Amino acid sequence: MSNPTTAASSGAAQLPTLRKAVVVGGNRIPFARTGGAYAHSSNQDMLTAALDGLVARFGLAGEEIGEVAAGAVLKHSRDFNLTREAVLGSALAATTPAYDLQQACATGLETVLGLSNKIKLGQIDSAIAGGVDSASDAPIAVSEGLRAILLDLNRAKTTGQKLKILSRIRPKDLSPDAPSTGEPRTGLSMGEHQALTTAQWKISREAQDELALASHKNLAAAYGRNFFDDLVTPFRGLSKDSNLRGDSTLEKLASLKPVFGKSLGAAATMTAGNSTPLTDGASTVLLASEEWAAARDLPILADVVDGEAAAVDFVHGKDGLLMAPAFAVPRLLARNGLTLADIDYFEIHEAFAGTVLSTLAAWEDEEFGKTRLGLDGAFGTVDRSKLNVNGSSLAAGHPFAATGGRLVATLAKMLHERGQVDGRPARGLISVCAAGGQGVVAILEAR
Amino acid sequence: MTTHSNGAREKADKYTEFVSRGFGRDLAKRLGLPQPAILRRYNPGAPLIEGPVLVMGQGAGSDDVAKVLLDWHQDVRRHATPKEKLGAIVVVLDELGHPEQLSAPMLAVGAALRDLNKNARIVTISRPALPSDAPAIAAARNGVDGIVRSVAKELRAGATANGILLANGIAADSPSAMASLRFFLSGRSAFVDGQFLTASAVGEVAGDWDKPLNGCVAVVTGAARGIGAAIARTLARDGATVIAVDVPAAGDHLAAVANDIHGTALQLDITAPDAGERILDHAISRHGRLDIVVHNAGITRDKLLANMDAAKWDSVIAVNIASQLRMNEAFLASGDFGGNARIISVASTSGIAGNRGQSNYAASKAGVMGMVRSTAPLLEARGGTVNAVAPGFIETDMTAKIPFATREVARRLNSLQQGGRPGDVAEAIAFFAQPAAAGVTANVLRVCGQNLVGQ
Repeated sequence: MSNPTTAASSGAAQLPTLRKAVVVGGNRIPFARTGGAYAHSSNQDMLTAALDGLVARFGLAGEEIGEVAAGAVLKHSRDFNLTREAVLGSALAATTPAYDLQQACATGLETVLGLSNKIKLGQIDSAIAGGVDSASDAPIAVSEGLRAILLDLNRAKTTGQKLKILSRIRPKDLSPDAPSTGEPRTGLSMGEHQALTTAQWKISREAQDELALASHKNLAAAYGRNFFDDLVTPFRGLSKDSNLRGDSTLEKLASLKPVFGKSLGAAATMTAGNSTPLTDGASTVLLASEEWAAARDLPILADVVDGEAAAVDFVHGKDGLLMAPAFAVPRLLARNGLTLADIDYFEIHEAFAGTVLSTLAAWEDEEFGKTRLGLDGAFGTVDRSKLNVNGSSLAAGHPFAATGGRLVATLAKMLHERGQVDGRPARGLISVCAAGGQGVVAILEAR
Repeated sequence: MTTHSNGAREKADKYTEFVSRGFGRDLAKRLGLPQPAILRRYNPGAPLIEGPVLVMGQGAGSDDVAKVLLDWHQDVRRHATPKEKLGAIVVVLDELGHPEQLSAPMLAVGAALRDLNKNARIVTISRPALPSDAPAIAAARNGVDGIVRSVAKELRAGATANGILLANGIAADSPSAMASLRFFLSGRSAFVDGQFLTASAVGEVAGDWDKPLNGCVAVVTGAARGIGAAIARTLARDGATVIAVDVPAAGDHLAAVANDIHGTALQLDITAPDAGERILDHAISRHGRLDIVVHNAGITRDKLLANMDAAKWDSVIAVNIASQLRMNEAFLASGDFGGNARIISVASTSGIAGNRGQSNYAASKAGVMGMVRSTAPLLEARGGTVNAVAPGFIETDMTAKIPFATREVARRLNSLQQGGRPGDVAEAIAFFAQPAAAGVTANVLRVCGQNLVGQ
């Protein structure tokens, strides 16, 4: 991965002519803060609901889809066939094959790219990509008995209830299998990792709070003009993302205490307001060949043009855990003969405001461009008026594997509405960082 | 994937079940308590009517109607045989000239009433009294109105009486009159009692009676639950491709209905200025056409007028009538909504008889009826119809919330002594949607079991 020119030199022109894979539309359930509306919903419940909403939107009840791929980051071992089970519980034909995929937070976007490639190759004509995650119904790596007790305990309100639940613990329940929320190789949580990167790129607290505020304002405005009417289907009484605070202000955000990077002393800038909360939710995207969509009189919102994955050595190297997209995007754009100036909409996943701003800072940095990207100078500047214009994860929340589907469906609709720019189809870029120092990025074009 | 779940899943209310057999039946009889019957409801493929149909009347019209019934493979009688059980009596009175002429046919009907089967049907076919009629003719014609409404109250055991009014120049056996007759005879009209349908044009000869809506594309607003969901299911059962519309917040229930009937879900606030255009766009781009529009979505914000505020008043008007007017303008302006176009609005008996605490709701629902009558000429020019259905007490999630005693009284206050089902409203709407009902327009049909208030 270290030499971006290697990938760029392979050149799209050398590939055989493939047919197109298009985005027909998407559906997700509103994202809910952990422990909220979906506290008692499983991954399978949520993914099935997201599938059924998609099926209803496009009249696919009883239809056999070429393949369905989805995944979850936090996954119970009993959900070994999560996606196939969700398909069986949905209104789709039971003869629809499905597989699970897992690439941390990039899971959703990777399902879109993988299935699009199958469509482009002619292996399948239609596909549903998706992802789901529940931090509420998370697997705890202890015995099943203790896990049940702990979840009950978490929900109990009074001391009496708690004692009664605690009294259920038996010695056999106490076989520990220490779960860790951090990176296995560093022991640091994702937030602590990002705090290091945020400090490295000297991202200010104000800049992070401004990005967070814009995310909330943009998402609220999009709901206000009914943008999500054909992208979201309610679930469990929730019809909007529960993390959304349309009335948030810079003052409110400025009043929050830092939660990550506190060991860094005065430099701590990351708060609960400019970091994405743990969230529950699911999303799906309907992909197809042009012929399949046309035969069913279905809309075509966008082409899935190309995608790229990258990884950084965050354990030994100079790069932060969530900086892989900073390498993936230059490679992807170069392969397609594009620059940042050719992009009309940027959808950069807001794991933390600091992640987005560190990435933008790296691209604007001459030194980074020369030494790390092998360019003549800085990679370029992202026009902030084109960035996450309908809000992103800071406002909507981030159910890990579900974010990719949210981004693809939202961007595809935005591109379709925009239509042409300067005589060519409007173009959008998606960038998703992921645990393990990975990143997946993609280009969509309007239809 | 049940597409005709209206009949099988729902049961009669507990009281009706109790008094329908054994000890409960004897007890109710002895105490003179109401004895609601378990109504015969439509099932595709089931016989149109159980038992022979007696066709009464002297003129050519009665012969023609008898012929149609024979074509429908019914067991037709032109004279009553005492003690022989009858499924229905059709009384053809299209040539009435004087009230004295009512005597012979009605006394003959009376003599046959005791021989009616359970859930039998009385259907009159006559002509509406018009200001231009000679007084004696108008008196005779209007007399039928009183007869039907009274006989409906006299009948028991699920039997109903309804009438068909033939506009001048429309023959008794015209396709639109016969489509109406078939509706009244069938289980589709189970909760319609003491009502009239007017056939104002000849109409079209029916194709497939079991799948009358084959090839049609229908949109149903408020389809996520209750009556709207039943309408969507019923139209789909009759062959239509259904676009189920409801507010985004009801999207999960909407998706379940749409998937169940293999239709599509369209999340949309019908009060949006472009709601009509968005519905048209969805229908044309996905299904290539739009034939049937069912305006079902509605809300209640009950308050005595003395306590009413602007928010409650205005929201009811906005959702229940203003949105329909705006959407209809869009539909009528579109070249894609034509040919056999159908608009059917859900009104309410509150809009006919009025209801304490519902001045806003009644305004909207009476408004719907006014709209229907004056939209009819606009659609007639392009071969379409517009009608309204006014439900009475229907067993829904909404009425289930009424306190027990109030609910128990409310559901007995009609000739059939029970609440109707969402499917009963849906059947009436599906009838208006049929191509065969092309001559039936500007009607407001009550589906209320002949509620004691109002007409």
